[in-house]
Amino acid sequence: MGIKDILDLKQTKAEEPPKKKGVPKGIWSKCAACNKTIYQKDFLKNLKVCPECGFHYQLSARERLDSLVDPGTFEETNSVLLADDPLKFKANKTYRESLDQSKEKTALPEAVVTGWSKINGRLVMLGVMDFHFIGGTMGSVVGEKITRAVENATEAETPLIIVAASGGARMQEGMFSLMQMAKTSAAIARLGKNRMPYITVLTHPTTGGVTASFASLADVIIGEPGAMIGFTGPRVIEQTIKQRLPEGFQTAEFMLEHGMIDMVIERPKIKNTISDYLDMVLPVSKKKDTKEAIKDIMNRPLLDDVNNINKRIQKGISKIQEKVKGD
Amino acid sequence: MLDIERPIVELEKRLEDLKRLAKDRPDMFDSEIKLLEKNVAELKEKTFRDLSAWQKVQIARHPDRPLARDFIEMMFTGFIEVHGDRLFSDDPAVIGGPANLKKQPVMVIGEQKGRGTKERVKCNFGMPHPEGYRKALRLMKMAEKFSLPVISLIDTQGAYPGIGAEERGQAWAIAENLREMSALKTPIICVDIGEGASGGALAMGVGDRIYMLENAYFSVITPEGCASILYKDPGRAEEAAESLKMTADSLLRFGIIDGIIPEPLGGAHRGDQETADNLKKVLIKSMEELRDIEISELLDQRYERLRKIGVYEEGS
Repeated sequence: MGIKDILDLKQTKAEEPPKKKGVPKGIWSKCAACNKTIYQKDFLKNLKVCPECGFHYQLSARERLDSLVDPGTFEETNSVLLADDPLKFKANKTYRESLDQSKEKTALPEAVVTGWSKINGRLVMLGVMDFHFIGGTMGSVVGEKITRAVENATEAETPLIIVAASGGARMQEGMFSLMQMAKTSAAIARLGKNRMPYITVLTHPTTGGVTASFASLADVIIGEPGAMIGFTGPRVIEQTIKQRLPEGFQTAEFMLEHGMIDMVIERPKIKNTISDYLDMVLPVSKKKDTKEAIKDIMNRPLLDDVNNINKRIQKGISKIQEKVKGD
Repeated sequence: MLDIERPIVELEKRLEDLKRLAKDRPDMFDSEIKLLEKNVAELKEKTFRDLSAWQKVQIARHPDRPLARDFIEMMFTGFIEVHGDRLFSDDPAVIGGPANLKKQPVMVIGEQKGRGTKERVKCNFGMPHPEGYRKALRLMKMAEKFSLPVISLIDTQGAYPGIGAEERGQAWAIAENLREMSALKTPIICVDIGEGASGGALAMGVGDRIYMLENAYFSVITPEGCASILYKDPGRAEEAAESLKMTADSLLRFGIIDGIIPEPLGGAHRGDQETADNLKKVLIKSMEELRDIEISELLDQRYERLRKIGVYEEGS
């Protein structure tokens, strides 16, 4: 049986996909996942994670940036790269039409936003994908922007963080899209040689040629709870093997269990998880400018640490004193 | 047999029969034979010149088309097949090992579809699991260790979409091959000998030279897959094949491949050895070109080759 036979099968075999979850919008509204009433302010403060059941609603690229970046530090790069139409592609829609619709819907020029930003004070190169732009698919522009981000991080010796959300390679650019997988992966090979940390956050959904290239090549891979992560989408797999997929197949938790990702972290904790890791692997001496490094050392908030240690010591002393008294 | 081939095959059979009959009396049927030969040649020319993308896909999938193992047998000597990824199992959809190409030892790897039902099932119709890609990578590392050039033969409808494949990290295996092949310290020559669909083909397709056989296709997805998703109708695969610009001539024009290996008129299956000889010539020539390049220079060129692929507008 080849792919043709697989695709010829009636598509009804597959389980109905879960209903699209409308994002709660009113001041008080119901979570589409747990049906409980939630207060909009809590919902937004929780970065669009349901405070009741923990369901992670999809974020736009802008919302994602706000959730990760120190306020006012984001400097966008390569926003002027725009898709061309090398194949003059036309299916039910022309590629141009798809692009225009996505641009209007998202107010973004393409499916990824890249730029310099600070995460808890540390300069990083950041790339954030937006699933609402042609399914977050990777064509020439996404591939080029990711590659430039990787090269920028390599040259400037800064860590690289990429938040993925993608249906894979963009069919409308044919082989140009497929080759972006090789291009981005080759750039990452060079980043690795420069010993710069690379972290990816895989959000719902991350599949196909994006999972099979830069997204899975990070030193540390973080998954968002419940995110669908994999190579082939579940519908095609079900049609191939002609059986239902087990519950929880291809979730972030499933990939964690199978050793493919490092951790599953709730959205509000992702920023600190990233910066804690960077603090661990990137000692100050690795920074490019010694002067800057010295400044950093001097500016380190030592006082807090000293206070904490003092507090602990105090606690210990009082415990001992109590013990002595008790005796 | 393909529909477009049927009239030719019938005519060829008639010619053969006539020739057999005329063995004892050559002069008697001479004019008929000549006429028939002329007809066959004309029909072949008419049928096989300017094939559509969809027709080429049919030829690339022809059941008699030479497969990776056939090419290895026809082009190399002393092939020592090795097995396994040292992690999980041996994937028969990927074969490989050291072999001699005109007395020069190389590492050959290939995606193997299998011939006949039994072998096709064993090879999973040429759709590798993660262990297949990891086996390929293991052999490439072995090649690097002994400075053997790598010859990679691509022939797949894609990486296998199944539960085990996902559990064992299909995407991870492909991504690692892309990264490692981009930096492997030995020359890599890739040839798409038939089907080259999606990441499952690309995972064997990063190198210093990428060639395609004349009737092979290389695409982001199979035409059926594209039709099913973008046209919402798998029956429109023929249109999708055209739209995707997946044939060798388009991809040469786009600068994505470096050359096209000619096949006999009508496809490689109408002359296996001729096709293999054509390919062998090109492999020997590019190996000679690549051999003289310093490794660091070779890797820079390999990176630049990929780096410039992409079409976009850059505003200010």
